[in-house]
Amino acid sequence: MSDSTAGQRPGDSEHDGDQLPGQSASDQGETVSAELRKRVIGTPPPAEARSMLGTPAPGTAGVPPVPRPRELPADPQNPLGAKRAERVVAACFVIATVAGLGFIAAYVILPVHSVLRVQHSNWALGLTLSLVFLALAAGAVFWVRNVMPDVQLTEARKPLRSTEEDRAAFQTTFEEGTQASQIVKRPLLRRTLIAASLPVAIAPILLLRDMGPLPRESLDHTVWRRGLRLLNYGGNTPIRPADFSSPGGMITVVPDGYQDDFNALAKAACIIIKFAPGQIDFTSANHPVPGKVVENWTVDNIVAYSKICTHVGCPAALYEQTTHHILCPCHQSTFDAPRGAKVIFGPATRALPQLPMTVDAQGYLVARHDFTEPVGPSFWERGTTA
Amino acid sequence: MSIDRALSGTGNWLDERFRGAKGLRAVFRKLYPDHWTFLLGEVALYSFVILLLTGTFLTLFFKPSMTEIVYHGTYVKLDGVKMSEAYASTLKISFDVRGGLLMRQIHHWAADLFVAAILAHMLRIFFTGAYRKPREVNWLIGLVLFTLALLEGLFGYSLPDDLLSGAGLRITQGVLQSIPIVGTYLSFFLFGGQYPGHSIIPRMYILHVLLIPGIFLALIGAHIFIMYHQKHTQMPSKGRTNTNVVGAPAWPYFAVKTTALFLFVFAAVTLASTFVQINPIWIYGPYNPLAISSGSQPDFYMGFLEGSLRIMPAWQWVIFGHTFAFNVFIPALLPLGLIMTGAALWPFLEQWITGDKREHHVNDRPRNAPTRTGLGMAAVAFYGVLWAEGANDVIAQHLDISLYLVTWIARIAIFVVPVLAYIITKRICLGLQRKDLHLLEHGVETGIIRQLPSGEFIEETRPVSDEALAKLARPEPLALPAGRADGEEEVPARGMRGGVGRVKARLNKVLTESVPMNGHGADGRGNGHGPDEHGAEHARAAIGSPEPRADDSADGSGSPH
Repeated sequence: MSDSTAGQRPGDSEHDGDQLPGQSASDQGETVSAELRKRVIGTPPPAEARSMLGTPAPGTAGVPPVPRPRELPADPQNPLGAKRAERVVAACFVIATVAGLGFIAAYVILPVHSVLRVQHSNWALGLTLSLVFLALAAGAVFWVRNVMPDVQLTEARKPLRSTEEDRAAFQTTFEEGTQASQIVKRPLLRRTLIAASLPVAIAPILLLRDMGPLPRESLDHTVWRRGLRLLNYGGNTPIRPADFSSPGGMITVVPDGYQDDFNALAKAACIIIKFAPGQIDFTSANHPVPGKVVENWTVDNIVAYSKICTHVGCPAALYEQTTHHILCPCHQSTFDAPRGAKVIFGPATRALPQLPMTVDAQGYLVARHDFTEPVGPSFWERGTTA
Repeated sequence: MSIDRALSGTGNWLDERFRGAKGLRAVFRKLYPDHWTFLLGEVALYSFVILLLTGTFLTLFFKPSMTEIVYHGTYVKLDGVKMSEAYASTLKISFDVRGGLLMRQIHHWAADLFVAAILAHMLRIFFTGAYRKPREVNWLIGLVLFTLALLEGLFGYSLPDDLLSGAGLRITQGVLQSIPIVGTYLSFFLFGGQYPGHSIIPRMYILHVLLIPGIFLALIGAHIFIMYHQKHTQMPSKGRTNTNVVGAPAWPYFAVKTTALFLFVFAAVTLASTFVQINPIWIYGPYNPLAISSGSQPDFYMGFLEGSLRIMPAWQWVIFGHTFAFNVFIPALLPLGLIMTGAALWPFLEQWITGDKREHHVNDRPRNAPTRTGLGMAAVAFYGVLWAEGANDVIAQHLDISLYLVTWIARIAIFVVPVLAYIITKRICLGLQRKDLHLLEHGVETGIIRQLPSGEFIEETRPVSDEALAKLARPEPLALPAGRADGEEEVPARGMRGGVGRVKARLNKVLTESVPMNGHGADGRGNGHGPDEHGAEHARAAIGSPEPRADDSADGSGSPH
């Protein structure tokens, strides 16, 4: 990872803080002199320490060091410009200071707990904070560009491949280590080790098993059952066919007793639409399977479909009254409502399932039974298309 | 000076414990080449830092819980509405915590910037060939980081449990469920049962704030360490070669510059968060599986997946009683899979086709690798069409055309536009190469017309500067001769025999298509040895070019000197 520097003199002779304005060079100088001081005051240094250090660092041995050529100029090329730039940078930092104080003030003074006050607080906090960052950033850029001297250094780049000696040395170390470990020679050790690691490797997956129940047949059913009333979602009132004074819009209905149960509604939500007499066309032409007709489970020209799109499960919530198209806003699957909600555009492959309806003794719309097919998006175990 | 003493005292204390002087000096002295495109990766890094900072703040107040409560808080429009604790606590962060809204918005803007910067960074790496040996591993790590960023973003914006993100989550579940064989099980395990269940928010939360950021930290660490260890690439320029690094040292130049960039990034997202509202979840309302609004678009980075779902025709098979929902899992997995697999294999494919196993530290100008640049633009076009289709309803509304028409245009465009992008880009690159070659051969036009004693008018040109020469001169062709497959007498080289060899030779021809440097290039070309060359000499060398078109002004280019 060390950089090879053009013109750099080797190792411990670099000692002086004036060569690099960095911390590291002066650190090293301090280290060396501290060690030497210890040697003078304390016991004599051990022989190997002396030999490792080689000759004492020149600066401390009284010999004046040969000054290394500076890599970076100490001062900018244009001192006048730098002076001006310094003032600009300082101005930026003053702005940042003021803005920072403004941020604190805004935090302390401005209350929240209402939309309008939050808006004002957000403006004040955001503006002061942006100004802090912006002024600091601008100052820093101005500093590095106009106050620091311009430099462009070049250093050599060695090929990444290790030298042949290093590679050979590594290979030796590795091979000797491998041989010493006996792992190659003793297959019993090797095989039992592999055997031991296999079962425990499954543990992380195994432990995830209880994250959820198995699907079994749960996706095939909803909470709809015989006699369950259709409630107007939101108002939660049962619906009489006569409540539809005229053909038109679509309303969302939910099963009675489940109006607040999102887990049930995510599958059971339905839409009902009333058509004018003769509009509904459930002939075989509209059934995906040849020869079959769409079941007619309507009541008084009212039809109920699952609201859960058969593509990926968004609520198919848009209804165009003029064309009688049901549209899912997520991916624009379009279903033809009077023709069994068959798909006429978009990525959905299946018609919206129809909820079989009838009326109960009080004249309210109720389910005849559950959907005859799974609602919502496709899944592997779903099977037949219709 | 007491500061000096304090510093050296600290340095001494540390060095006596860690022997850091030598290593730290190398860090401080490390050279950083400059180019504005090198900042893109840094922008991504600093967005990530901002995400960590603001995200930590948000966790202090956010409740990752799907327990249903009735809201009675500051936002009166939702008073008495049932919602999850996650949604309610997000309202609280927005309206009742000082600076909470700002932090939320900074977090969201920074996330968008994070992905955008990653995308831009990736494109820069691709188009300049910076992924070439020895940097393939970092390219792969980058691809993983990009994919993780998408996932992290998806989980993050789903956490508030609002109506918009809930729709996104519903789509995610539908997609998961569609995967053949394992899909239903994956969905049931992730959601803890049927959709929506009560587990998904807390589970996404821990993935979002712990697991994925942890992987991020590890991979970003590896990414930066590898880059540091291998040293930066540099753009072609005077004095920059494959065996050197030209730049300013980390201390103080890069340190100050990169700090400034961090502050600029922070300032930019803070300014955006001050004045541009993002993800106002109180307007969307709490999640409800029965409700949806049109114009539901996810954050921009998920847009291409959304478009992919919208563009797909309704194909589905039932085979042996099992459902293959091609209409869902193909668009969900194919585009990302295609782009990611292609991107991951590309460096190795390129090496195989060109036989170029050398280290590359000087980047290509995109024009100098026309086929690669063309392929990259084809991928961009592919992504772009999907992305636009993700907003097909918005487009249809604004252009007042049929929604279905937009989708049909996209269905055709997804095949046509990438091909067009490839062809057009390649032509533009070759054109730019010709322009560069013209400059090299003829010098810079000065606009001065001179009359020779013979009465002939010539246009004066001057040689290109050394700096420009280093840029214009194209490095050795990308292709090392991979062997002959067409030679009848010669035995093809190893690896070039048989059908595979012929395919390789064909690909090689396509991949290395460039405007020829006219033969005299062997000595006159920059070849990465900028300082050894002299612009004048080069221009003179160009005069001798046998190309007829060069003759007219060739005299002119040399004579003023």
